[in-house]
Amino acid sequence: MFITYHDGSSREITVIDQEVPYPDGKLIVSRTDTTGVITHANQAFIEMSGYSLDELIGINHNILRHPDMPAAAFKDLWVTIQSGKKWNGYVKNLRKDGAFYWVKATVIPNIRNGELMGYTSVRRKPSRSKVDACTALYAQMKMDVPS
Amino acid sequence: MQTYTLSVSPDFSPEHLSGWFIFNTWLQKSLATPFHLELYDEFELQRRDIQLDKIDLIYANPYDAAMLVREKGFQAVARPASTSDEAVIAVLNSSACLSVDDLKEGVRVATTHDPDVHMMGMIMLEPADLDRSNVIVTPVHSYVIVAKHLLNGQADIGFFLKDAFHDLSDLIRSQMRVLVESQIDVIHHTLLAGPNVQHLIPQLLDNLLQMQDDIKGKAVLESMQMTGWLKMEQEDTEFMIDLIDTLIE
Ligand SMILES: Cc1cc2nc3c(=O)[nH]c(=O)nc-3n(C[C@H](O)[C@H](O)[C@H](O)COP(=O)(O)O)c2cc1C
Repeated sequence: MFITYHDGSSREITVIDQEVPYPDGKLIVSRTDTTGVITHANQAFIEMSGYSLDELIGINHNILRHPDMPAAAFKDLWVTIQSGKKWNGYVKNLRKDGAFYWVKATVIPNIRNGELMGYTSVRRKPSRSKVDACTALYAQMKMDVPS
Repeated sequence: MQTYTLSVSPDFSPEHLSGWFIFNTWLQKSLATPFHLELYDEFELQRRDIQLDKIDLIYANPYDAAMLVREKGFQAVARPASTSDEAVIAVLNSSACLSVDDLKEGVRVATTHDPDVHMMGMIMLEPADLDRSNVIVTPVHSYVIVAKHLLNGQADIGFFLKDAFHDLSDLIRSQMRVLVESQIDVIHHTLLAGPNVQHLIPQLLDNLLQMQDDIKGKAVLESMQMTGWLKMEQEDTEFMIDLIDTLIE
């Protein structure tokens, strides 16, 4: 299937209905520049996303966007972090192989000498009840506003 | 000549602490500057003295490091090579719980005042829908006491710094098992220099980085169970602080 991003660009993706469980005790960490292009990813990121570091660096973070995620969730993320605040949310991510994994994500702006240099995101293992609630919520949001 | 104060985050076992006395002797010689090693049993007492600007050089846990850099004008100098700070949640061998998902509301947690270990422990409970509103947390003064609370049946689970868990006596540790362990890699203790000793940083850093190459320095490192020091760039410190920021509420 094809996925379309907020700027109108699109790419062909594989989607399979198979969840990869979040590993206990790990944090998935990445950093981006101010436009959302990946500048750093840790080992847990590489393992969970299925991409190599070379494939990730320099690529827009929307490479992980799953078609089940409503655009409004990311709109909220960007409005929040661009106003200098911390964003928290539950995200269903798309792996390179088409499977998915749920995370509880936090994104913060990186301020150096008063200047915005980029963003850091840290993900941790979400609870099943939160994942179930978000699955229902996001499906409803997509029905209300098909993207 | 002015005497400066060196301190160490109070999360280490007595075996580790003897290494810090040896380090302090090495430090004074290598900088030709008097330092006094001030140790604390409790995080609160150390924080009070930090607020009173009584500490000049400190081996701080990552959580306090963030506060020292942002609020007290400290600068990160170096960190130990090949180690990171990880947290462990342990239960008694006889516990019915096999994973975090088996834990229920009302679970009794023994923890220390060690802020990053406590934070990581709480994060590792989140997948079971547990947070401070539905668990019973008892903070105690050391990891040995956390272990005692488990052994006495006063707590169901205990939060440990991984290194401290492995420093427990075999007799105690063999009665417990690890339920879950963090694998964060990027959060670690750091040696930080306060505003009064900024002038010593270049020499101190040189000396630290060369420690592993000389016989005496190497022996000091061994007594601290370290293999060497790595330079902390400003951005390394900022990154670690950002990371901690994402994790605190
Ligand atoms: C630091 C940071 C981390 C991000 N992590 C993710 C992520 O893990 N998964 C994801 O789908 N989007 C993530 N995003 C949001 C993407 O940049 C993007 O907004 C989203 O995937 C939707 O794509 P679109 O806005 O191009 O339509 C992140 C953004 C930032 C700034």
